[in-house]
Amino acid sequence: MKCQQCEKPATFHITELTEPTGPVMVHLCEEHARVYLSQESADSPTNALAGILAKQLKLEQTAEQLAKLDKKTCPVCGITFAEFRQEGRLGCGYDYVCFEEDLTPLLLNIHGAKTHRGKRPRRASGSPARQHRIIQMRREMQDAISNEDYERAGELRDQIRDLENGQDETVDPGSARSSVGSSEASDSSAGIQEEKNGGEIEG
Amino acid sequence: MKLEELASKCGEWLRGSGPEPDIVISSRIRLARNLAEFPFVRRANADERSQISKKVRGKIESIKEWDHLLYLELQNMDEIDRQFLVERQLMSREMADSEGDRGVAIDTEERFSVMVNEEDHLRIQVMCSGLDLNTAWETINTIDDLLESRLNYAFHDNLGYLTACPTNVGTGMRVSVMLHLPALVITREIEKVFRSLQKINVAVRGLYGEGSQYMGDFYQVSNQITLGRTEQDLVATVNEVVPRIIEYERKARNFLINESEQDLHDDVSRAYGILCTAKKISSEETLHYLSKVRMGVNLGLIRSIAIETINKLFVHTQPAHLQKLRGQQLSVADRNIERASYLQGHLGHGGQANSP
Ligand SMILES: [Zn+2]
Ligand SMILES: [Zn+2]
Repeated sequence: MKCQQCEKPATFHITELTEPTGPVMVHLCEEHARVYLSQESADSPTNALAGILAKQLKLEQTAEQLAKLDKKTCPVCGITFAEFRQEGRLGCGYDYVCFEEDLTPLLLNIHGAKTHRGKRPRRASGSPARQHRIIQMRREMQDAISNEDYERAGELRDQIRDLENGQDETVDPGSARSSVGSSEASDSSAGIQEEKNGGEIEG
Repeated sequence: MKLEELASKCGEWLRGSGPEPDIVISSRIRLARNLAEFPFVRRANADERSQISKKVRGKIESIKEWDHLLYLELQNMDEIDRQFLVERQLMSREMADSEGDRGVAIDTEERFSVMVNEEDHLRIQVMCSGLDLNTAWETINTIDDLLESRLNYAFHDNLGYLTACPTNVGTGMRVSVMLHLPALVITREIEKVFRSLQKINVAVRGLYGEGSQYMGDFYQVSNQITLGRTEQDLVATVNEVVPRIIEYERKARNFLINESEQDLHDDVSRAYGILCTAKKISSEETLHYLSKVRMGVNLGLIRSIAIETINKLFVHTQPAHLQKLRGQQLSVADRNIERASYLQGHLGHGGQANSP
């Protein structure tokens, strides 16, 4: 028997037992089997994810809505929904907030649940707003450096250091001297949900 | 501690010392964690990746309880060494094949490892011999606490631990048990067994399926979902399913012994004979015959070899291990010769390698 992906003899015969349509056999040479197994270890059921996502979007959106959704962009890491759709991976923690309405049905589909019931960190690790602000400022700093605006880069470096040292009560993303025009509160028990209003933070 | 030393040793989880060692090879749990103050790995630029890597390494090395840990920067390692760590199951293949700043911290007893900059910033992994998920959970929970007290994890009040892939969000936990099910394969019962388990939230995958000339008869059972259940629930789900599969496999083994002991004994002995006498042998062929011999040892048809030796051979006969043990690079053809001689050294003369 030949490998399904090339002319070499198939020496690996992998059975997918969890396909909804029943067991499916895949016949591959050693090289392609390695690729196949590394793409799709039980650890990361990504193929299934892409399928679920595609189906769900088709059911719920018109082509026009879909095109619009694809352009939606995370203000912190810059990922677009289209990129997430293609790669199956999110860009940062804030994506769970800015793509929330599109992710919730997906999470329900995958997990049959949308609320975490497990372990929680023992200590509060600071406000998510502050954490996302740090990600943004680090990138602004890199931009400043590549624009040779070292004065600005220096300021940002100091601000990041302050934020990292946990002085988030005094420097919240809304009041920090920066290009960010958001007015969100810095900390609250509502977690990063809070930041939703700040979704306009830069482009 | 160097990789060469690790190569000749045998990881704790391979010893066959845990519960149900004849059928369950190992129990594993991994937790996916991310730092709140960085984008996820795929979206991080080179500078951010190196900061993540430096930060996590620093914290890991500051943990007093972990002074025996080996931290390896993968971007500086050659391909055989990376491949070696994959064969050893201390890290994923994705980790070996990707690029950029990344590392893995290894407990030298191989009870756990922490991958840094894999798909998530941290992938903590614990392995135990046999069916022992409760120990695995207790261990990984403690490790996670140690790291959490030093790092800011990305955590969302409603969604739990945030991960790059939404399939891992919540607990970020994957519980998996590796099973050796040769009798269910021979009796062609395996599909039926797994189909009967389909409604439970577990994923099953055959690593090397039936119908093939070369196969290892290994299957992995793991939880499918990560959100909406406690970690203890997820462990319990897998813990409930596995004993049922074990029972089916035991029944199938008894059936084979009662109905066709001579055929089985013949098959197992031939496999043993080939492994002991071949002059060159591929890794797939080795896997195929080792699987038969493993069952033969467990059924008392071969008495001269310890199960630990067989478990070890599954790992030590893989390409990077052979090259590490030999101390030089080998072509495929040379590996096949080296593999045959390695097998003879450890299986021949009544299994001289019985001692640990
Ligand atoms: Zn191929
Ligand atoms: Zn983002």
